Amino acid sequence: MVPPSMNVSVKPPVVAVPDEPLYASAKKVYPQRVTGRFRSIKWMLMGLFLGVYYLLPFVRWDRGPNAPSQAVLVDLPNRRFYFFFIELWPQEVYYFTGLLVIAAMTLFLMNAIAGRVWCGYACPQTVWTDLFYAVERWIEGDRRARMKKAKEPLSARRVGELVAKHSIWLIIAWWTGGAWVLYFADAPTLVYDLATFQAPLVAYAAIGILTFTTYTLAGHMREQVCIYMCPWPRIQAALTDEWALNVTYRRDRGEPRTSIKKAADLRALGEKAGDCVDCLQCVAVCPTGVDIRHGSQLGCIQCGLCIDACDNVMAKVGRPTGLIAYDNDINIERRQAGKPPIYRFFRARTVIYLGIIALTGALMLYSLYARTLVDINVLHDRNPLYVTLSNGSVRNAYTIRFLNKRSELRTLELTVTGVPIPTLHVIGEEPAERTIVAVGPDQTREVRVLVTVPPDAQIGSSNRITFEARDVDSGDNATSTDHFFGP
Amino acid sequence: MAHEDIDAVTGTPTTGHEWDGIKELNNPLPRWWLWTFYACVVWSVAYWVVYPAWPMISNFTGGVIGYSSRASLETDLAALHQLRGAKAAALADASLEEIEKDPNLLAFARAQGRAAFGDNCAPCHGSGATGSTGYPNLNDDDWLWGGSLAAIHQTIQHGARSGDPEARENTMLAFGKDGTLNHTQIVQVASYVRSLSGLPVEQGVDVAAGKQIFAENCTVCHGEDAKGNQELGAPNLTDRIWLYGGDMATLVETITNGRGGVMPAWTGRLDPVTIKSLAVYVHTLGGGK
Repeated sequence: MVPPSMNVSVKPPVVAVPDEPLYASAKKVYPQRVTGRFRSIKWMLMGLFLGVYYLLPFVRWDRGPNAPSQAVLVDLPNRRFYFFFIELWPQEVYYFTGLLVIAAMTLFLMNAIAGRVWCGYACPQTVWTDLFYAVERWIEGDRRARMKKAKEPLSARRVGELVAKHSIWLIIAWWTGGAWVLYFADAPTLVYDLATFQAPLVAYAAIGILTFTTYTLAGHMREQVCIYMCPWPRIQAALTDEWALNVTYRRDRGEPRTSIKKAADLRALGEKAGDCVDCLQCVAVCPTGVDIRHGSQLGCIQCGLCIDACDNVMAKVGRPTGLIAYDNDINIERRQAGKPPIYRFFRARTVIYLGIIALTGALMLYSLYARTLVDINVLHDRNPLYVTLSNGSVRNAYTIRFLNKRSELRTLELTVTGVPIPTLHVIGEEPAERTIVAVGPDQTREVRVLVTVPPDAQIGSSNRITFEARDVDSGDNATSTDHFFGP
Repeated sequence: MAHEDIDAVTGTPTTGHEWDGIKELNNPLPRWWLWTFYACVVWSVAYWVVYPAWPMISNFTGGVIGYSSRASLETDLAALHQLRGAKAAALADASLEEIEKDPNLLAFARAQGRAAFGDNCAPCHGSGATGSTGYPNLNDDDWLWGGSLAAIHQTIQHGARSGDPEARENTMLAFGKDGTLNHTQIVQVASYVRSLSGLPVEQGVDVAAGKQIFAENCTVCHGEDAKGNQELGAPNLTDRIWLYGGDMATLVETITNGRGGVMPAWTGRLDPVTIKSLAVYVHTLGGGK
């Protein structure tokens, strides 16, 4: 359902000429340099994100002698994931489900508040493209110079510029891939190994692939990724509503657009003149090449650079800024009707998203806090299910795996309940009063365990039993239920 | 070609073949297809040269790189042995007791023993080593020739009644067939043996006479208390486990015709390390002493 207010700002659709092909070749975009509030925010965020991405692998975190000291590490050979104080085993990968739920809901929440603000400021495609444009502007000059050079025949100077630009792009892309692999091994060691050509082939291959994708996506495909490839704009359009802040051209103030001189003349006569001077600065700075004055559209990634460009112009021509600004669809209608704008951040949509984020986060924190760092997996022998001994006792055999998720050796006591007077024996250990199994630091240990029930005990053909492993020092415990079979 | 017939509708030349007015159009194969086909022909010729291909009278063409799938398998197997080398060597050096005490060696020996058991022992003893009539269950604690690691190792190496000079050797006499005992006496002693395990005895059978017969004929091997003798491989007759069955008919048959199950000697068939692994595996099934 489209709210009625959505219909107001949209420009009437261009009447399609049926004889023309539906294909339109993409126009190359030459975004112009701009300064202002949102450009500064983008620079700061870019510095933050790239800094975190490139430097995080080098952050150290002391976990004691038996564990790696890298703060964030995906240790594939040893099947461990480390994140500061958290260590996850493959059995706990379900935490990533929670992270994905939170990530999706955060994206939806951002969308409910300010549309595609993720696209404009935080998406890696935007961040890297922004960086690549900065390099391009630094070497080839601003918009006009680049457009001019693109039409000129190749000169030695031009070739030099192109070589320099692509080289720097490739270095950034290579560094991007290089930082990625550092999350999968001890970073300083891997840097040394990479430099001395001793690193595993897969590291070089991963760097190569990411160099290629970064160079292609950020250097060549740029806004095409957002417009043609990314699924988020399609999903986003179905999730947004009339309260979301979008980069909006204030049609009521801007139209009829005209030149500065004519506007001055009109105003002198006491007639209405729009604030828009049709300078096209908003189009010139746009990284996706859209004209925001057509209203909210697929190509707009909500980065706000046109706001900066327009504000600069408005300041120069002596008109109030904010001709283009973050605004919602409701206010477009209200402004046209001469009513004051209204904003509402707390509404069902945002509250529900916040609630889901809070709930998922709380569940994850709880399960992270409540999880035991010891676990027990039990597997009953399939054949035979039970053995009758010479004196008539009945014995079942199990394969039990103990998991010690602490980075120190632990002593576990194994007990079993559910059948009368069970006797436990771990193969390879001396029979003793208490069944004690030692498990090495951050390791698992599999043992064969025999459970025997004395002759003529009152047991059925299938009895539910519970194994418990308890750390004799800390009292940490884990249980697992299985069956004890009898004749 | 002297004459070319063009199909009027499609404008395509025909092959000149005609059946009841239906003509075959001459649409040649696409070039790319043809060149792919030629490339495949060339490839196959190269293949004959490089790899073994043509059968001869008593041999075959070997190919210039000397490839052999058998040699390739042997390379893989050698790599596997190389991989297992260190642990297999440790297994060869360690005593059976040491293997059971070392968790890593134990796991390796059990894994190897399980595989060897499935290949060699399961046909008689069953995949779960539960045995069947005449073939002992290796999971329980009732052992004919002893359930210690050394005894199990000895039995696997040399077998029972296998013809090996060191084989486990004994004879359950055929008391009935040999004429030592008559049928009534056999029923009496069988009933007595059943009573030792607390099993019911048929009405009217003189169990006391059976006890007397047992004392005169059976105690040499099975012992006065009938608890058997692992030195001689004589089974314990007082427990609840029967190799051939504890019902009256089976007992009568056993006493009448005797028994003499055979287990082959595995020395020579299996390498010593595998036999060691098997001993550890069987011992750790649960019944080991």
